[in-house]
Amino acid sequence: MNSIFKRTYSYWFLLPAAIIYFIIFILPTIMSFFFSMTRWTLSDWEFIGFENFITFFQEQSLSIGFKNTLIYAVVTCTLKVALGLLLGVLLTSKIRTKSYLRSVIFFPTLVSTIAVGIAFSMMMHPTQGVINTALAAIGIDGPDWLGDTRIALLSVAMVDVWKGLGFATVIYIAGILSIPAEYYEALQIDGGNSWHKFWNIIVPLSRPATNSVIILAFIGGLRSFDLVWAMTKGGPGFTTDLIASIIYKQYQGGFYGLATAGNVILFLVVTALAFPLYTYLNRKEVDL
Amino acid sequence: MKNMKLKSLAMTATALVLTGTLAACGGSNSGSNSGTNTAEGGTGGNTEKKVTLSLLVDNTQDSVNLANAYVDAFQKKYPNITVEMETRPGGGEGDNIVKTRLATGDMTDVFFYNSGSLMQALSPEKNMLDLTNEAFQSNIVDSFKPTVSFDGKVYGVPTSSTIAGGWFYNKKIYSELGLKVPITWDELIANNEKIKASGISPVIGSYKDSWTSQLVVLADYYNVQAQVPSFADDFTAHKATFAGTPAALRSFEKLQELYDKGFMNKDMLATTYDAGLKMLADGKGAHYPMLSFASPSLVQNFPDEIENIGFFAQPGDDASKNGLSVWMPGAGYIYKETKNVEAAKQFLAFMASVEGTQVAATVSKPTGPYLIKDAKIPDDVPTLVKDMLPYFESGKTAPALEFVSPVKGPSLEQITVEVGAGIKKAPEGAAAYDKDVEKQAKQLGLAGW
Repeated sequence: MNSIFKRTYSYWFLLPAAIIYFIIFILPTIMSFFFSMTRWTLSDWEFIGFENFITFFQEQSLSIGFKNTLIYAVVTCTLKVALGLLLGVLLTSKIRTKSYLRSVIFFPTLVSTIAVGIAFSMMMHPTQGVINTALAAIGIDGPDWLGDTRIALLSVAMVDVWKGLGFATVIYIAGILSIPAEYYEALQIDGGNSWHKFWNIIVPLSRPATNSVIILAFIGGLRSFDLVWAMTKGGPGFTTDLIASIIYKQYQGGFYGLATAGNVILFLVVTALAFPLYTYLNRKEVDL
Repeated sequence: MKNMKLKSLAMTATALVLTGTLAACGGSNSGSNSGTNTAEGGTGGNTEKKVTLSLLVDNTQDSVNLANAYVDAFQKKYPNITVEMETRPGGGEGDNIVKTRLATGDMTDVFFYNSGSLMQALSPEKNMLDLTNEAFQSNIVDSFKPTVSFDGKVYGVPTSSTIAGGWFYNKKIYSELGLKVPITWDELIANNEKIKASGISPVIGSYKDSWTSQLVVLADYYNVQAQVPSFADDFTAHKATFAGTPAALRSFEKLQELYDKGFMNKDMLATTYDAGLKMLADGKGAHYPMLSFASPSLVQNFPDEIENIGFFAQPGDDASKNGLSVWMPGAGYIYKETKNVEAAKQFLAFMASVEGTQVAATVSKPTGPYLIKDAKIPDDVPTLVKDMLPYFESGKTAPALEFVSPVKGPSLEQITVEVGAGIKKAPEGAAAYDKDVEKQAKQLGLAGW
């Protein structure tokens, strides 16, 4: 026991960090598990067991969030991986405006999400928006991007892809550049074409990049909130509500216990989906 | 030489800034000291002591203008009291801020907030100062008091005039098409058919700001209570529901009918409240179901068109029972833990005086009668407000449901968007709202839920 505290660097040095970590992370986590089982008005609480969780799963306006969140996460994640890889290949090839294009692709990542959301919701206005005005000029009658309940969620997902693509691309550029040149030389000797280069070298050997992009984009999609809130506030009705926006609305309504239960559910969902995905992807990774 | 001059200038400037800072520190110190002194001195009436009163209002332009007018006039009348105003967002975000500040003991001395169901959700007996026995209560119209009461105690003072919920309409379109103001729902539908045939959107929907979608349902409450007088009490006690009461379900059906018959503007889901007002003023839409609190912004933004805009109550199915649903204004409340009780009471007493309403009228024209006895509506109010007065004079008004029952589900605006945009049918919408209400009632701990 003594040896633990009498090392060159005593474990006491950990104490400040441990206290902060306990107060601002561990303690609130434990508290939220408790308050999720109460009816809570911030000053009073009443223990009600799992009733909040039951409400969350039973009520249609709340449970729609699970479906939407999953669709949103899968769509944004898939597109970011596919487009990110293609752009990564393009921007590591020998094209002239490479560094210019790299910055252009990355710029949307730097802009505030709320600003992007407001700008796009104006551009997607069905009659006065830039997008439909442009479509009308070439004779296409554009849809109501954010008003049509069938496509509203996908419209928001597209904006998320536009904004997050730059980050995925940068990860891919780094991944592709780290592939040793010997593989390409071997390919040349064997007489392979560019398709072979892409499919047999770049795709398998940029696997670590793919895994990072999948994990980041998927978790990002699951807990996404700001963009949806800026663009549709979950509307029309509840069609674009994600788990996070539903939780926010429960807080606004003053249902603090119910909202906390939503957070616990979100935590469990993210863990239950992301953790197996992470271990699965890591097992498949190959060494360079 | 030039350098020297610059240097001395810089020196002077620095000195000025320094003294300024010091003075400011001194000022705030003495301010807070005297504040506590007054509180300790109690009701001694030592009016010479300087008091700083803090006030929290929501950040819409109209609320800020109104609060500024009260503050300026009040400070002139009571030079020893300084009022510092803070603003907060409106809507659900604002509710959250107010609740959090109350729960953490960080509330301003006086705060403006909604009356009715939202006020009930603030735990008044814990957070607000009981004003039942204040002298200024005798100035306030009795119909307002229940909306700021909890367990028989009164907690608030009205911040402005009453507000009516009904249909704004463009009088130019009405006279061009030779239409008459409808007093039954069928007449309204017939008018809408004619307007639609002329190529104008009969009804403006601005569902991008989803709260505006609730109006058809909420403004129908006069008709609901005319048919089922006990609805509010039964609803509060969980004996009546929207889906199970035909008269109440009818409110949702009316909303659905407007969509089914194609009366709404096509881009209603992308239209905002401001854009909706513009459509009405420009004659691109004929009707806009809205609260009369929109009249100050109409006056400000469309001064040339304001006289072309009229107002009528949402008609019911029976012409003999035509009347207006009335919203009560927000109220000023005193935070229970305030240290400046006397000054805060003086401020509310000022708001609850005829003089206070005159001050309010200078920045914000009333949107209906005042709730202060003997306060008169100025003659220069816009036509649409004058259109409301007959309902009040003949007593054909009823408070909206949220002022006679503490339960109002927070998701109503999303549900009315769904019904109003054809995503859900009226019975499904009403049933979904009943569920939402149940959540709220459980949270409030009401009996019977």
